[in-house]
Amino acid sequence: MITTVHYLALSAALLLIGTVGVLTRRNIVIILMSIELILNAVNINLIAFSHVWGNPRGQVFAIFVIVDAVAEAAVGLGILIALFRNKETVLADEIDLLKW
Amino acid sequence: MNFLDQIWLIPLFPLLGAALMFFFGRMLDPQPVSNVAVAPGVEPIYDEHDAHGHDHSHDHGHSHDHDHGHTHDHDHDAHGHHDHSPLKFLVNLICLGMPLLSFIFSVGAVWQLAQRTPRVYELIQFTWIAGLPFHMANGQMATFQADWGFLLDPLSSVMILVVTGIGFLIHVYSTGYMAHDNGYYRFFGYLNLFVFFMLMLVLANNYTLLFVGWEGVGLCSYLLIGFYFQKKSAGDAGKKAFIVNRVGDAGFLLGMLLMLSVLGTVRFTDVNAVLRSGQFTPEVAGFGTLSIISLLMFFGATGKSAQFPLYVWLPDAMEGPTPVSALIHAATMVTAGVYMVARSAALFQLTPNTSTVVASVGAFTAILAASIALVQNDIKRVLAYSTVSQLGYMFLALGVGAYWVAVFHLFTHAFFKALLFLGSGSVIHALGGEQDMRRMGGLKDKIPITHWTMWVGSVAIAGIPGLAGFFSKDEILWQAYSSPQGSTLLWGVGLATAAMTAFYMWRLMNMTFYGKSRVSPEAASHIHESPASMTVPLTVLAMGSVLAGWLGVPKLWVLFGENFRGFERWLEPSFASAAVVAAQEGAHDASVEWTLMGLSVAIAIIGIVVARYFYVSRPEIPDSIEKSVKPLHNLLYAKWYVDEIYDYLFVDGLCKRGGLLLGAFDRNVVDGGVNGAGWLTRFSSTVSMWWDTWIIDGTVRFGSFFVKMLSYPVCILQTGRVQAYAFFVVLGALVFFGYYVVR
Repeated sequence: MITTVHYLALSAALLLIGTVGVLTRRNIVIILMSIELILNAVNINLIAFSHVWGNPRGQVFAIFVIVDAVAEAAVGLGILIALFRNKETVLADEIDLLKW
Repeated sequence: MNFLDQIWLIPLFPLLGAALMFFFGRMLDPQPVSNVAVAPGVEPIYDEHDAHGHDHSHDHGHSHDHDHGHTHDHDHDAHGHHDHSPLKFLVNLICLGMPLLSFIFSVGAVWQLAQRTPRVYELIQFTWIAGLPFHMANGQMATFQADWGFLLDPLSSVMILVVTGIGFLIHVYSTGYMAHDNGYYRFFGYLNLFVFFMLMLVLANNYTLLFVGWEGVGLCSYLLIGFYFQKKSAGDAGKKAFIVNRVGDAGFLLGMLLMLSVLGTVRFTDVNAVLRSGQFTPEVAGFGTLSIISLLMFFGATGKSAQFPLYVWLPDAMEGPTPVSALIHAATMVTAGVYMVARSAALFQLTPNTSTVVASVGAFTAILAASIALVQNDIKRVLAYSTVSQLGYMFLALGVGAYWVAVFHLFTHAFFKALLFLGSGSVIHALGGEQDMRRMGGLKDKIPITHWTMWVGSVAIAGIPGLAGFFSKDEILWQAYSSPQGSTLLWGVGLATAAMTAFYMWRLMNMTFYGKSRVSPEAASHIHESPASMTVPLTVLAMGSVLAGWLGVPKLWVLFGENFRGFERWLEPSFASAAVVAAQEGAHDASVEWTLMGLSVAIAIIGIVVARYFYVSRPEIPDSIEKSVKPLHNLLYAKWYVDEIYDYLFVDGLCKRGGLLLGAFDRNVVDGGVNGAGWLTRFSSTVSMWWDTWIIDGTVRFGSFFVKMLSYPVCILQTGRVQAYAFFVVLGALVFFGYYVVR
């Protein structure tokens, strides 16, 4: 029997993987993908609790998050392309324009 | 007609004449611009030019005798067309008419003055300088006011008669003498202007207005000395006269201002009233304030009246035309100083020490100038030094308190010295510009009228009884001896001067008119007597030289009544005071006076005889004497080197070295100040810059640096790498959660 705890464990695992991916991977594409993982970990949480409480708002909110993730992916990739055109790199640690 | 009310017209007539000449003279007397005026009285210097002009005149057929038998070589024949100008008559009419009118009005005014008691008439026309309040020396408030006013009293009446009368005669003479000169109208304009200023000087009722005339006559003197301004020596002489006179004028002005400060007024009548009120006591011991006033005024007089040490301009003034020498530098202007001191008699009577200075300077000048005149060869220069010497006599008389005698000598001197100058002008005219007596001689029969008139003048100045010079000079000598302020020394100097006077005048006469002719053949060919316009004034002046003295016959000559002593009585109101009376009542020992008179006459005759013997009978004697006392002769001939000493002391010493000093001052002090100010500005700006850079900027920059240093630890966190930021976020979240977990 799959319980709410299972969902939460999966969600936590995804969040951990995503976070580590964001912090450790150099390629921005992968970082974006890791961010997707984090967002999806959130989605799993939302849906799990929506199911537990019998309240559809969580599912609606999950759809919002997916839309948000799409928009974020689009903007992020756009920025990435612009960056790549100027710096010819997609490695995050080589891009330090925001340094003081 | 009341002439007294019209005395303001007396100076106005010549001013009108001068104004007409200055504004319209050029129209009345057109003249060629290109030609150079050459004086009859000076050596021609533009030889080539003159010769050219001469040829030119021949070309145009201007014969030499176009006028009064003029046959001069360089006597401006080229300018003959002047005589054909019909308007020139108008110039003569104006310029002779105005002084004549003045003379007539003067005679009328003096005549009416004689009817009045007291014989003083003051006419104030208008207030010239309005009241200026000021603090006097004693702290009182006073108001300075100068009127345009005229004072006719016995003293000024003598002066206006001399100025207008002799002035008119000299104007007449000038029409002949200057007939061929360029600038005829200019000459007469200046001459009329001079008469105006001289009349203002003697008619003024206060010192301020007197000073106007005083400066005015100085100006005219300058203009007329430099009349032949193309000649450098004439221009220089004019400047010299002007500058030397200014030195004296400064003294006069200071004296006048000090007088204003002490007495609070400069009006003659007020000044006399204050001085004679008993408020001031005679400054017997030392020099007090009044003595300083009188000394300063006397210093002014030494400038105008050519006394030592300021006499040097007068001999040089002979560069002017001869009528000018006669009018300004013999008869009138140079006596202004005498007039001024006589006018200030009340002041000088209170300052016996100054009077002693006046007498000493007068006596010294008299003998100094006479000694120089002994050896000069220029006929006009002899007369110039003679004038200086005679003026010295006048100051001697003023100094011993015999004011009326000084004015008397001024009066007689005006006649015979004007006569002698005009006579010398006539000689120079006859010889076509020759002034050196070594190239004269034997002119007696060729120019008889000139000779006889000059003979009279020379006898008069030598002091032979019966002629004007005797009466006044003898009175001066007697006063110098007998007055309380006189002394045997002053008298002795005067007597020696009298001997020299007789000698040098008769040396002049003998060298000019007697003996062998030494005239250059060129000049000899056209010697001629001067025209009537010149000989008539000479004759009139000769008569004056005889008669003028009979107004002041010595008291000893009891044969003659009071009528022959009118001069002293006439002037009494101007000088009357206790001191004068005392001077008159001085030791009157008839036998002494007779002896002294005899001595002075004897010495005059000896002078004449010696001169005659030296220069006619035995002409070789002067040369041998000259050789035997060469240094002395050189000393006298070089005029005691006074000019050289002045050149060294003042022109070189004061002006040049002063100029150098001034330059050094300019460079070091003035420039130094400017440069110093510049340096100081630069220095202060450097300091300011340093302050700005290090202190002001430093503070600001240190502030920013400090903040920057503080912020450095924070700054290093901002790596610019997104993942680092994300790491901090995660770390923060973990710490946050960790906190809750651990708790």
